[in-house]
Amino acid sequence: QVEQVKLLDRFSTSNKSVTGTLYLTATHLLFIDSSQKETWILHHHIAAVEKLPLTTSGCPLVIQCKNFRIVHFVVPRERDCHDVYNSLLQLSKTAKYEELYAFSYNPKQNESEQVKGWQLIDLAEEYKRMGVPNAYWQLSDANRDYKICETYPRELYVPTTASKPIIVGSSKFRSKGRFPVLSYYHKNKEAAICRCSQPLSGFSARCLEDEHMLQAISKANPSNRYMYVMDTRPKLNAMANRAAGKGYENEDNYSNIRFQFVGIENIHVMRSSLQKLLEVSGTRGLSVNDFLSGLENSGWLRHIKAVVDAAVFLVKAIAVESASVLVHCSDGWDRTSQVCSLGALLLDSYYRTIKGFMVLIEKDWISFGHKFSDRCCQLDGDPKEISPVFTQFLECVWNLTEQFPQAFEYNEVFLLQIHEHVHSCQFGNFLGNCEKEREELKVKEKTYSLWPFLLAEQKKYRNPLYNPDLLPELTLLEPNTVSFNFKFWRNMYHQFDRSMHPRQSVLNLIMNLSEQNKQLEEDIKELEAKIKQRNGQPDVVLVKEHQQSAHPAPVALKTPPCFKKEQPPIPGNDAVRTIEGSNTADNRYSELVSEFSKAEPAVVSLEYGVARMTC
Amino acid sequence: TDEWRLSCINKEFSVCPSYPPVVIVPKCITDEELRKVAMFRHSSRFPVLSYYHRKNGMVMMRSSQPLTGTNGRRCKEDEKLINASLRPGKRGYIIDTRSLNVAQQARAKGGGFEQEVHYPQWRRIHKGIERFNILQESLIKLVEACNDQSHNMDRWLSKLEASNWLTHVKEILTTACLAAQCIDREGASVLVHGTEGTDSTLQVTSLAQIILDPRCRTIRGFESLVVREWLQAGHPFQQRCAQSAYSNSKQKWEAPVFLLFLDCVWQILRQFPCSFEFNEQFLITLFEHSYASQFGTFLGNNESERAKLKLPQKTMSLWSWVNRKEELSKFQNPIYEANSLVIWPAVAPQSLQLWAGVFLRWNRPSQYLEEAQEEMVKIIRYNKELQDKVKVLRRHLAEVEAAGRAQGNL
Repeated sequence: QVEQVKLLDRFSTSNKSVTGTLYLTATHLLFIDSSQKETWILHHHIAAVEKLPLTTSGCPLVIQCKNFRIVHFVVPRERDCHDVYNSLLQLSKTAKYEELYAFSYNPKQNESEQVKGWQLIDLAEEYKRMGVPNAYWQLSDANRDYKICETYPRELYVPTTASKPIIVGSSKFRSKGRFPVLSYYHKNKEAAICRCSQPLSGFSARCLEDEHMLQAISKANPSNRYMYVMDTRPKLNAMANRAAGKGYENEDNYSNIRFQFVGIENIHVMRSSLQKLLEVSGTRGLSVNDFLSGLENSGWLRHIKAVVDAAVFLVKAIAVESASVLVHCSDGWDRTSQVCSLGALLLDSYYRTIKGFMVLIEKDWISFGHKFSDRCCQLDGDPKEISPVFTQFLECVWNLTEQFPQAFEYNEVFLLQIHEHVHSCQFGNFLGNCEKEREELKVKEKTYSLWPFLLAEQKKYRNPLYNPDLLPELTLLEPNTVSFNFKFWRNMYHQFDRSMHPRQSVLNLIMNLSEQNKQLEEDIKELEAKIKQRNGQPDVVLVKEHQQSAHPAPVALKTPPCFKKEQPPIPGNDAVRTIEGSNTADNRYSELVSEFSKAEPAVVSLEYGVARMTC
Repeated sequence: TDEWRLSCINKEFSVCPSYPPVVIVPKCITDEELRKVAMFRHSSRFPVLSYYHRKNGMVMMRSSQPLTGTNGRRCKEDEKLINASLRPGKRGYIIDTRSLNVAQQARAKGGGFEQEVHYPQWRRIHKGIERFNILQESLIKLVEACNDQSHNMDRWLSKLEASNWLTHVKEILTTACLAAQCIDREGASVLVHGTEGTDSTLQVTSLAQIILDPRCRTIRGFESLVVREWLQAGHPFQQRCAQSAYSNSKQKWEAPVFLLFLDCVWQILRQFPCSFEFNEQFLITLFEHSYASQFGTFLGNNESERAKLKLPQKTMSLWSWVNRKEELSKFQNPIYEANSLVIWPAVAPQSLQLWAGVFLRWNRPSQYLEEAQEEMVKIIRYNKELQDKVKVLRRHLAEVEAAGRAQGNL
């Protein structure tokens, strides 16, 4: 605990700050300012801690987080700062999985709830939904004990004509044993998205089993014998890989394939691209041109566009030509996951629902072994393995939600929340690099699944404009990918920089309104039922009141004619109270409205961007 | 008020041809003195009241540059007029919309700026807002970039950058925020001018009013703001909006000054979507009519020209058409909730956006966006219906219950 710590505003040009107390807990860093506002930062979210040179006001400490929060503290005494710095370094770098937050996090669920939570997403059920197994595709038990491929799940779907020797042979010819398997099956077109890693072809090597495997995939599609093989790497990279005995498929050796490069860059390029982007967006007093040229130089949006373009290519092959597509990159767990999942999202509206999106992530990212632990640096590991591959996927989805505002059941907050928890290590879903590792860690017994928690608060994540009828099941989304459609995702990279956000949020307003509509609908039902019940009383009431209607009370003038006969002769105390009741209910709405304006204060200080008067 | 009066000095457009017949000036300044001040200001555009901030009585004035020239001429009446806008003991800010360099160069041509020595109660701030052909080139480049359908991301971003359009937007918004900040936060009066006071000056004064004054964010209020600060203040629409972006001939006076203003309004509207009574469509409509219109509103360069052309008699006013009920409903913002506060927009590059509704209007698929907009309106309308229904039912139930009880008592 350190007192009198200042929290500086990141973009303030006049070093505006708030003073408060800094606490370090076992899992979080907590800062409470003088107005009792709390800032919690999970240790696992901390990407880097930096101590800047001593200044007159104290020792500055900059903490960068994986969720793009950057906080800038000034600690009055250098020794305290040093202590905090060292503790944070220790706390944020974990050496063993068992020390991660997920293993100590206790959300007060009992065991059966925990088990049920893990059963929420059932991939076997998902393949059934797609229509497999069927005459062409079957469940293979080849990898039941992770014998053929350690980074694949136990249950894999392959063409019915692919025998075990073919599978084993093919897997030996593929990098890390990741042989071609089914990722998505399109019922109507009978076409499939398959995924694998690069072939170990070198300059001339061939593998008959692998060729048979591809043939089996193309034969499993009765509508089109041709299949596409998409290598998501730039051609140059793929060719360079040949020197290391890897490479890409030779069209001459495989029958009925069309081979295509799509040119998504590798994890190292993406990592440095994001770094450049963050450097630019974190600059104080940034000019428009520096921002735009920085955005261009970082290449970030170019990479995002490349991923979407690849997915669009894939989707066209399936939707237009009914052709199956085999996607791979080098190891088939980064770019391949991006393209397969995004393609499925464009093809199948189920993945545009909240539950469906969870399934998609479980399937194409978690089960097929996207290395979350390495890419998100869950443990203190090789910094060269870190890469924002999954973040890019979320950003691609966000760009689609911007183009199709009614096609998605979830909103931006949902995407941001998932991003938060991919790095938080609070839930077991994203721990480790593959299913086998998670089983060894006994993740399902020792930790909790994220999805039931997100489902429980799905109100927050719902897109109020979502209209599933507009785009029926299996309707293809055809995004426009001209460059100007791709925008900088401010709410991701400046999520915590409130001064840059619009002061009033249309999304929140509409969300609250449609939430309120539901409540009102129920109110109406309830009221109607009550009225019905009351009216069910003997008809005598009506007759008697007919006689009394000779003296209409003043209120009666305002009510529709049919109410007149029920007008009470003398308004009793009870009646008055009921009217009061309805008033408070009305007030609830006005309270809500005033809450909006409080939550988004219109008055903000002019600290950022606006020129200070220093002349 | 006690401090300001209407002056009819410009009745026949005799003093300043680009001013309206009636202007507001400090009460203690006589018409005779005004005439002298007019001699000292470029194109006779002497300082007049642009905005009175009710909250604290501070004011914003606008004018053209003073004609100090190289030898530092001064004009006692001008100093008196400007000081008359200050409350006793208060200071004011002069916002020169040119950079110091440009302002100094202007002296060689007889123009110039207020010297601190002669205006000791005023602090001068220079902000470089571009004008004329620089803006026009910017617009041409931007439109060219937006029409480029190639899929090259780097080319798009570098073209967007090279157009400098968003830089101009940021510069104008920043200056307007500065003026508003002086008035609302510092409690100081402000005088805004550039060279002629017909372009960047008006951008700044009108945007500052949108930030400060909630009435300017209503449809009627915005209309009168455009009339007051653009049409009557003598923004030369005919010269500035003759050709737009696709012209081959280089027009010397062509410049998208008004479009930039609308773009800035749109940026604020995007950041405060509930605080404006009008919607984006309203701004787009004004943009279109400022370039080509079947209405006489934007014809001519100033009030005097419009009077000579007898436009009020010969043409229809855009406002009378816009204000008809069926048209008005197209321009209304469904989520408007009157907000009496000052609204400070963010001007960080990350907070600014390209105005897709204008520049990408014909290039982007808009069907889904429009449908979403409709859905939003539906939700809002449905909410109102339900509210009303609940109210009616509540009353009904109360009546039924009371009746039942009365029955029981009987």
